[in-house]
Amino acid sequence: MNSIFSIHTIRFVALVFVQVLIFNHINFLGYINPYIYILFIALFPVSNNRVILIMLSFLLGITIDMFLDTGGIHAGASVFIAYIRPIVLKSSFGMIYEHQTMKFNAVDFGSKLTYFTLLTVLHHIVLFSLEIFSISKILLILQKTLFSSIFTILLSVVITIIFSRKSK
Amino acid sequence: MQQIINFIIRNKNFLLFLLLFGFSLLFTIQSHSYHRSKFINSANFLTGGVYNSINNINNYFDLKTQNQLLTEENKRLRSLLSNSAIALDSVFTDSLMFGKSYNFYTSNVIKNSYSLHNNILTLNKGRNDSIKQDFGVISQKGIIGIVDKTSANYATVISILNTTSRISAQLKKTNHFGTLTWNGTSPEFNQLIDIPKIAPVVKGDTIITSGRSSIFPKGVPIGIVEDFKLDQAENYYEINVRLFNDMTSVEHVYIIENANKEEIKNLLSDN
Repeated sequence: MNSIFSIHTIRFVALVFVQVLIFNHINFLGYINPYIYILFIALFPVSNNRVILIMLSFLLGITIDMFLDTGGIHAGASVFIAYIRPIVLKSSFGMIYEHQTMKFNAVDFGSKLTYFTLLTVLHHIVLFSLEIFSISKILLILQKTLFSSIFTILLSVVITIIFSRKSK
Repeated sequence: MQQIINFIIRNKNFLLFLLLFGFSLLFTIQSHSYHRSKFINSANFLTGGVYNSINNINNYFDLKTQNQLLTEENKRLRSLLSNSAIALDSVFTDSLMFGKSYNFYTSNVIKNSYSLHNNILTLNKGRNDSIKQDFGVISQKGIIGIVDKTSANYATVISILNTTSRISAQLKKTNHFGTLTWNGTSPEFNQLIDIPKIAPVVKGDTIITSGRSSIFPKGVPIGIVEDFKLDQAENYYEINVRLFNDMTSVEHVYIIENANKEEIKNLLSDN
């Protein structure tokens, strides 16, 4: 229990720093940035308490917001996907999730990709809607969501592959 | 009573979600209204400290371009000095600086941002260096923004690339003035609105600050007219201004204090 706790603390801090110091300065084509800190929410153990996850997501989001001066948009989007996560898990993993036995290292690649894609797109839609905050600019919101999502999904998959322990 | 408690326990996830989402919305809405984002800003000890230590390293990478910018500015100021009408041997050299109305402070940008809808910069000077809210910020080439929040050692700046930013600006050749805004699309352009139809706007005209807001002195360069069109009511021009500043790369900036600001403010509120 203790080692799981420390792994997630390290992951939290590391993702915040990597997000703030590196991935926010990419600005590919002027405005496209990946938001890989949501990996923390995506890879949080399935069996753990939902209340803790929602609270931690809020904390994560508000920390990012503090660094980026964005009010509460990251907090809002993170809390949203933390709340909606069980539904996404069920729709992308199906039976394995129902039996409460899944480990993120041991699922097949296809359903993992679906899972990341769903979470990322949901997160980015909420994020950019809150950032731009006007319905008349819906096209801009969708455009930003699309491009940033592609970037985020690619990077999250690469990072999970690099940092996953070999399942024997 | 029992049922209410049961309801709360049953729906605790949803209620927690609603509560925290509500908080986030509150912070977001606050950040959208000018000067009201209270708690969540990067001028605090933690974020300012992190950005400052990283900036200490990143500084070295564009030392060359920044030096070039500073030399260019020195060249411009020297040419102004040597070509000015005042003879140099009879300068008014009272050290009390009587009648001085603008104070300048230098500072470094430790966090720049230009890809969002509401961009905010962080500077490494704060209350301890007598920086206060509503001081203007300019760079060698033109305006950057207005100081928003200050902590002991850091300050945040509402960039001109912020959809809530409103700065009084005018045409250089005539005195027709309007408001400088940003529509959130390109970091190279700002929009100058409310210029009356009668103004003789031509492509390539220079836009400067008007000095009406008591934040910036008159004549700080902003940019040149890229294109312009009449607004929907056909009474005012909407001008696309190409900024002199490359907002994606700012390092050394000047903070401007208007020493007469209180006086102007009091005078205005008397009426």
